[in-house]
Amino acid sequence: MDGKKGIVFAGGLIGIIAVLLVFFGNPPNMGFCIACFLRDTAGAVGLHRAEAVQYIRPEIIGLVLGAFFISHKNKEFESRGGSAPFTRFMLGMVVMIGALIFLGCPLRMVLRLGGGDLNAIFGMIGFVLGIFVGVQFLNRGFNLKRNYKMHGIEGYIFPAVNVGLLVLLLTAPAFVFFSEKGPGSLTAPVIISLIAGLIVGALAQKTRLCMVGGTRDMILFKDNYLLIGFVSIIVFSFITNLIFGYFNLGFNNQPIAHTDGLWNFLGMALVGWGSVLLGGCPLRQLILSGEGNTDSVVSIMGMLVGAGISHNFGLASSTAGATSNGKIAVIICFIFLGIISYFNSDNLPKTTTE
Amino acid sequence: MNKIDTCGMACPQPVLMTKKSLEENPEGVDIIVDNNTAKENIKRFLESAGYTVSITEKEDTSIIEARK
Repeated sequence: MDGKKGIVFAGGLIGIIAVLLVFFGNPPNMGFCIACFLRDTAGAVGLHRAEAVQYIRPEIIGLVLGAFFISHKNKEFESRGGSAPFTRFMLGMVVMIGALIFLGCPLRMVLRLGGGDLNAIFGMIGFVLGIFVGVQFLNRGFNLKRNYKMHGIEGYIFPAVNVGLLVLLLTAPAFVFFSEKGPGSLTAPVIISLIAGLIVGALAQKTRLCMVGGTRDMILFKDNYLLIGFVSIIVFSFITNLIFGYFNLGFNNQPIAHTDGLWNFLGMALVGWGSVLLGGCPLRQLILSGEGNTDSVVSIMGMLVGAGISHNFGLASSTAGATSNGKIAVIICFIFLGIISYFNSDNLPKTTTE
Repeated sequence: MNKIDTCGMACPQPVLMTKKSLEENPEGVDIIVDNNTAKENIKRFLESAGYTVSITEKEDTSIIEARK
């Protein structure tokens, strides 16, 4: 099954699995959320001390290992890296900060829409606008220079780290933090989460599914392939939410969400713009990390540290809305994205003598 | 015929490079790619733009030939 049918199927299955994960115990409208789950994992290993959001999410481990196994099987696994690592690290941080202002990565944004959370519409508008801005720089020659083939071992380290995380999860040593209340305590059984991650990781690797790529390719090339996957997730999660009685249309009292439209908009605009510069959404970065792409691993590391900073500095929103610190951070992040976009765009005038 | 080398470039750069080359010379282009994602994306882009595509697989890379 190739092409458009394949991505409709993959998106649909991901939408269904996401709602099933909620049924089995994950937080509402959060069957999958790459940003939230990386944040929970960051908390579990003590990078932040927000007690409500600490758990080594097996979905993350499954996604990485699912992509790892299927890319090996298809001979697509290859150790690569060396394309602007520190810029990518910082972009990962920006994407995480934006996602935690909105309270969700692009994947959770579409799952929130599928669950009837209308606040996600503001996020979606910001997301599309952010992508549009990023595309303007792509059209002016933005790139982070090429990557290179690395020694074989390089690409195996991150999948191995994920096996290590699985061991920490299963043995639960005292130095790992697990939430007793709050979203971090809402979890599907480990084996179910792990299998769900493995399936989705394999599907996303095979189809190249990317939440940012859909809108980006539509604007750049009028290519709707990835966008079909994006829409498919919304449609199938919507239907599955209806079947399970989870669908709840409205702005108020939405689970793990706030009603601050402007900051939902701006948070996701950061995610959209930052992800275009990175070449893919957080889900895609995680999948590429499993395929041996260590540039994506560096982006994920930036997201983990970004999650730590977001909670340590009080940048992350709560259900009450965005914080003052968070708002300042958003402005700084926009300035940063502007500078990075400008100086990496080959066709924009510079005064330097390169 | 223009020749472009997209090795090492991350998405969506290979397709952007292809698009730019075809804007300069719409007759066609030869493209070196080093990963399947770029190969699929370029092929999809070229076919939707009405080009005939043929692909030669080498050891680490593939060469995509696009002709009007």
